[in-house]
Amino acid sequence: MNPTVYGLMAEFTEPREILAAAQAAHKTGYRKMDAYTPFPVENLANHLGQPKSLVPVLVLLAAIGGGLSGFFMEWYAATISYPLNIGGRPLNSWPAFIPITFELTILSGAVAGIFGMLALNRLPEPHHPVFNVAEFERASSDRFFLCIESADPKFDLIMTRAFLEQLKPQCVWEVAP
Amino acid sequence: MNASSPEKLWRSLAELANPLEFRASRHAEFNSGDSEPHKVNRRDFLRLMGASLALAGLPACTRQPIERIVPYVKQPEELVPGNPLFYATSMTWRGFATGLVVESHEGHPTKIEGNPDHPASRGATNVFHQASLLDLYDPDRSQGITGNGEPDTWENFVSVLSDKLDSQGAKKGAGLRILTETITSPTLLNQLQLLLKKYPEATWHQFEPVNRDCVIEGSRMAFGEMVETHYYFDRANIIVSLDADFLYGHPNSIRYARDFSARRRAPQPGAEMNRLYVGESSPSVTGTNADHRLPICAGEIDGLTRALAQRVGVDAVSEHIGLPPDQQEWVGALAVDLLENRGASIVVAGENQPSAVHALVHAINHTLGNAGQTVTYAETAEAQAINQNESLRSLVRALKINAVDILVTLGGNPVFTAPPDFGFAEYLPKVKLSVHLSADVNETSKLCNWHIPLNHYLESWGDARSFDGTASIVQPLILPLYGGKSAHEILDAMILAPGRGDYEIVREFWDMKSNGDELKWRRALHDGLFEGTSASSKKVTLQAINLPPLNQRLAEPALEITFRPDPTIFDGRFANNGWLQELPKPVTKLAWDNAALISPNLAARKQLENGDIVEIGHEGRRLRLPVWITPGQPDRSVALHLGNGRRTVGNVGRRAGFDVNILRNSEAWWFADGVEIRKTGAKYQLVTTQTQHVIDSEDRQIFREGTLTAFQNDPEFVRKNSESPAASNTLFQPQEYHYDGYRWGMSIDLTACIGCNACILACQSENNIPVVGKDQVARGRVMHWIRLDTYFSGSAANPEMKHQPVPCMQCENAPCELVCPVGATLHDKEGLNLQVYNRCVGTRYCSNNCPYKVRRFNFYQYADYETPSLKPMWNPNVTVRSRGVMEKCTYCIQRISMARINSEEQNRKISDGELKTACQQVCPAQAIVFGDIGNPDSKVSKLKRHKLSFSMLGELNTRPRTTYLAKLRNPNPKMSA
Amino acid sequence: MIPASQTVAGAKPGDMVLPEKRPKGLIAPKETFESVTEDIGSIVLTQKSPRAWWFGAAVAFALLMLLLCSISWLLYRGVGIWGINIPVAWGFAIVNFVWWIGIGHAGTFISAILLLVHQQWRTSINRFTEAMTLFAVACAGLFPLLHLGRPFVFFWLLPYPDTMGLWPQFRSPLVWDVFAVSTYFAVSLIFWYAGLIPDLATLRDRAPKRAQKIIYGMMALGWRGSAVHWQNHQSAYLLLAGLAAPLVLSVHSVVSFDFSVAMVPGWHSTIFPPYFVAGAIYSGFAMVLNIVIPIRKIYRLEKFITLRHLNYMAVVMLATGMMVSYGYVMEAFMAWYSGDIFEQSMMANRAFGPYGWIFWALMVLNVILPQALWSKRIRTNPLALFLVALSINIGMWVERFVIVITSLHRDFTPSAWGMYRPTFWDWSTLFGSMGLFATLLFLFIRFLPMISISEVRKLVSEEKEAQI
Repeated sequence: MNPTVYGLMAEFTEPREILAAAQAAHKTGYRKMDAYTPFPVENLANHLGQPKSLVPVLVLLAAIGGGLSGFFMEWYAATISYPLNIGGRPLNSWPAFIPITFELTILSGAVAGIFGMLALNRLPEPHHPVFNVAEFERASSDRFFLCIESADPKFDLIMTRAFLEQLKPQCVWEVAP
Repeated sequence: MNASSPEKLWRSLAELANPLEFRASRHAEFNSGDSEPHKVNRRDFLRLMGASLALAGLPACTRQPIERIVPYVKQPEELVPGNPLFYATSMTWRGFATGLVVESHEGHPTKIEGNPDHPASRGATNVFHQASLLDLYDPDRSQGITGNGEPDTWENFVSVLSDKLDSQGAKKGAGLRILTETITSPTLLNQLQLLLKKYPEATWHQFEPVNRDCVIEGSRMAFGEMVETHYYFDRANIIVSLDADFLYGHPNSIRYARDFSARRRAPQPGAEMNRLYVGESSPSVTGTNADHRLPICAGEIDGLTRALAQRVGVDAVSEHIGLPPDQQEWVGALAVDLLENRGASIVVAGENQPSAVHALVHAINHTLGNAGQTVTYAETAEAQAINQNESLRSLVRALKINAVDILVTLGGNPVFTAPPDFGFAEYLPKVKLSVHLSADVNETSKLCNWHIPLNHYLESWGDARSFDGTASIVQPLILPLYGGKSAHEILDAMILAPGRGDYEIVREFWDMKSNGDELKWRRALHDGLFEGTSASSKKVTLQAINLPPLNQRLAEPALEITFRPDPTIFDGRFANNGWLQELPKPVTKLAWDNAALISPNLAARKQLENGDIVEIGHEGRRLRLPVWITPGQPDRSVALHLGNGRRTVGNVGRRAGFDVNILRNSEAWWFADGVEIRKTGAKYQLVTTQTQHVIDSEDRQIFREGTLTAFQNDPEFVRKNSESPAASNTLFQPQEYHYDGYRWGMSIDLTACIGCNACILACQSENNIPVVGKDQVARGRVMHWIRLDTYFSGSAANPEMKHQPVPCMQCENAPCELVCPVGATLHDKEGLNLQVYNRCVGTRYCSNNCPYKVRRFNFYQYADYETPSLKPMWNPNVTVRSRGVMEKCTYCIQRISMARINSEEQNRKISDGELKTACQQVCPAQAIVFGDIGNPDSKVSKLKRHKLSFSMLGELNTRPRTTYLAKLRNPNPKMSA
Repeated sequence: MIPASQTVAGAKPGDMVLPEKRPKGLIAPKETFESVTEDIGSIVLTQKSPRAWWFGAAVAFALLMLLLCSISWLLYRGVGIWGINIPVAWGFAIVNFVWWIGIGHAGTFISAILLLVHQQWRTSINRFTEAMTLFAVACAGLFPLLHLGRPFVFFWLLPYPDTMGLWPQFRSPLVWDVFAVSTYFAVSLIFWYAGLIPDLATLRDRAPKRAQKIIYGMMALGWRGSAVHWQNHQSAYLLLAGLAAPLVLSVHSVVSFDFSVAMVPGWHSTIFPPYFVAGAIYSGFAMVLNIVIPIRKIYRLEKFITLRHLNYMAVVMLATGMMVSYGYVMEAFMAWYSGDIFEQSMMANRAFGPYGWIFWALMVLNVILPQALWSKRIRTNPLALFLVALSINIGMWVERFVIVITSLHRDFTPSAWGMYRPTFWDWSTLFGSMGLFATLLFLFIRFLPMISISEVRKLVSEEKEAQI
């Protein structure tokens, strides 16, 4: 355990390298780590041993809920709360209630999608130790970073640095906490 | 005409001529004119007026008259705020009285209805009676006495007048002249006689621009004396009108309309129906109801009448009459029909026809044995039936030679209405003291030394005789708004200064008559008339008529012009009445203007389009005005309407129409031959409430009709065509809603409807419907809740014309309700299609989805919230709508609730006929019937079971509560329709 | 709707692209991650706006002011300032509404549906078109509010705890509209923002000025591009696309219900929903081209928005255009075939009535001229393509005019027929709304990356992969 650093970060230039690095790190037994890339690199997350995303489940539940409550609102308004004789049409004119039901299904799904994504990513998060590395700003441009955190039981400043070095990164940085 | 498949209907000549071509609208398409009303629109000026009226208007409207007046149904002390009181009174139109019952809320009159007990009304009125309410509250009314243009007082006036009169004393009043309009008031006559007794040399003149000189002369020619002719159209099988608009223009037209339609209403198979022949010089309301209509120049009717007289065996006509073939055939068949119906026919001559025609018609009616059967004669109700043109001419002669020191003009507007060649306007200023009594400051007031505001008939006491002579009471419902005077008061001041109030004068006269019988007076106030005062019929002997030689028409291309009172603003006295100005004129549907009505053929020959300004020349006098191409107008006759183009008038009448008096003169009084017409190339915007358009050739089955014979052969012929789907024909449960209480419904009889427009104004008055002005009408934003659609069929030269009143259909499956996003329009438990103004957000979707287009939208703030004098006119039981909300016919729901409240107080159901909608109540033809269709015995239920009953556009499955009875005509089988 | 040649058969999620199937020339060869970031990012961060931008923005802003004046006058005087009347109670306001909504559709179509069917070429235009969608819907949303007789009570169309216990009337298509349009706007916004986050992070990291750093930083919500972020982000993004796809189809269907649910001849037609959707995408793509073609020139983005892109969009227009034309034919055919006299006379009036010339103008603009797109030479000639797109944009507006006005002005009852004549204020509101649209667009170009940087990077890396 070393509180003086948040972790060690290796910088790569190609998606292929970061994929390989992630795989190697995971094989070596590192768990508490994360990779940072300027664009989504396929399968990077599961190379790092990440479980599947929960977003789909959230969206599904929200969509179903939204649809049902939408239809219920219309039915309740038209038949229970304030029934009116509208042009001799039945109080429960369910076919006329479908469009709104549909729209509310979509709306709730979408809202759950975005906010679920942000929540699972713990965003908004104004500051994070990785930003302490000046070079890191290229993570949003053309560099690929693998950061093994000091919180990882297997973490050791010398050993881990050595491990990262042998992955042939551009260079390895110490990330201040 | 084949009944089961009615022929193609068309609405404008563009349709008939070039069904799918558009010259006008092509370039007019995208003229991005600002759609705001023009600079000074109605509301602008009303705002101005309102400011000046803030003091004058308000105090008057909540006070009760001081005199004892007896309520029609309740004693005034029982006045419950919110409950209206009804008073009997009467209004004179063309001099003759029509009994009215006026609704008063908290002391201000809000609605005018006919007096059911009155012979001239029978509960109905015409458009002028309805609109007279607006005249009472007109902010442009004259509001004070002026002496030589300066505000002055009644006292000063009386003193000045009596000084002058004293000087007259010596010469027995030789310099005193009274000029009145047609008068039937017994009290007024009595006062005039007193005055003339005091000043034997004084003269009483009468003049109206729309007078009955020819009728009077004709009667003299036929009987040697002036007798009034009364017709009983309910007894006649064959009716012939020779340019006589007895259903609309005649002083007794309301009564005649009722009698006429009595023989046409809801005909049963096998029932008799009268047959109407009309030969006329311009399409009139009467003409549109004709079974056989002959467009004929006014000048040719003389010849036609002589030919007819000859054929029915009147010996007065000796010489041979050569007629054009179409008239020949017409007269032939007509004569046969008349001879087959001796004693059961009526021939009527128009007031615009020369006395010879009238004399001949009298002779014809005698020869046919109609006299005493369908036609009777009686003492006229006029105080003094004289030749008014002659009367005015003699007055002007006196003016010329300075023989007139005092001229008192009681009402009327001769400076405007007397044609220039009389020279009245020119010589009037020579009078030393000229007094003019009139409701508004008009052309005549301007030229008189003194102007006295005339009280509205709802502000003053008086009396008048109806056409049949019945003496009727004029009872005020409100104190004079602007401290005006009545004719009685002026005459009284002249007889004995300072004069008394009109109540004393009238009361004194009738006390004298009934030698002080208080009960009789009370009874008269209650009934609105004095029982048994109608003129009893009179024996007349036909004299030998020596006819003047028949004057031949001038050869082509000489045209004829005819003058006739305007169907909405009459002789100009209603020019400042917004309701009447905006009321679509029968047949042409023009609003806010008059035009020269020309025939389609003439238009084609002169390459004229609607709105083209032409120059009409006659004997060196020239007039420029726009033309309106009118189907059914005789080719060689151009119709001009009097009363338009007033110069000194309130803001409503300003810039409305063209004054045609310039062409009129005492020789060419009603019509003149030898006129030329020239296209100027200028254009003028004429607006109609039914826009011109092309129509497709399909038969939309909106208007169903047939002939009497077709109906008798197959009573089901209307039902056969109707395609209303069965109620069970739906995906949903058909009985979702049960209407187990009242189920309001309406049935409109298209055969009975004569198209007089009264329903439109009655609705406007009852439901606080605003006037929108010419510009907005042009943009298709007229607000009338019930409209009168006029359709044509057949040739453009002589089409059949038919009317269809269209209120809200109150559909049970209302398309409008389905699409309203906020539920502002919905059904109540009695099946009414409600419109909730304060919930409406104004999407206008309901109007789009209404197949009948009966909904009206407040595109601007049309209702006038500012003008104080107009506020007391509103019906307090009807919301005054604000900008941005939709409105429409409600079946007069306020009347329904009133009736419900009354019936529930007495623990009973509303009885059939107890409740009338405004349009139903006013209808002289009783074409509209409203009631509970849940009650199988109600009148409306019976009519809905009638074989002629159909719903408009029933195939759309809207299930309208308003249905129609198909129109039947009764053409002469021997004639080509 | 997708040209068959471009669909990728049997693509599994995960492998976003199969190199051999990937069309060539979607991006200039020698682009690197850095160059991409620089080229696109610099437009926002460092470059000076070209003169064209200032000119365009000025014009747009002037029009926006015209819109504001028109709205103020409208609220002061009432809807009477427009040409509407009885029977034509709906005028330009509704025409514009439908037109703008339609234009919006291309954005969602490109970003959502093309994403689902793996059309790589969408990458360099989707950000831009999504923005366009948002702004178009914003313009569209104005009109239903403004055209109300009493705009200040628009909220009565929403279900809210009303003190009277009242609800909207859910059977009315107008209420469906409220939900459809607001949902459409919300989802488009979410979708757009979700895609924007990584690029905002890029801007944050490259921003030379502190102010930019702070603002973009806030908007980026602290995005780090970690694998976990990307995982959730990608799945959410894909799901949003999955939701937006049916939405885009539903919105214009619902708009078409405004007409097809009513019984007016010319409105009451079952063909409307598909035919409206096709028309929407048709006009949407036309609008994209009308905007993209000048922009790629002004900002020299030819290497991102290549001729191939233009070509594909043209193909989509051609396809949807043919669908729309089919709709026209079917309308006429059904009018005749139904045997309904009201339908028949509606059709006759539409073609030969007082507004007939507008109908024929529509035929030329929407059916005849676009046939030019059959030729590849036209499809790959920016100027020609621009002109065709322009004709389609006008044509689609005219189509809505024909549907709304010529159907209304002569329906069942001849005595109530009338004419509609637009006023100055009708026109000023139309052009004013274009001002609003353009103004928003110019601001977007100035302050946000108009091409998705991260997605283009991906494209670059895949190009590289492909070369190996």
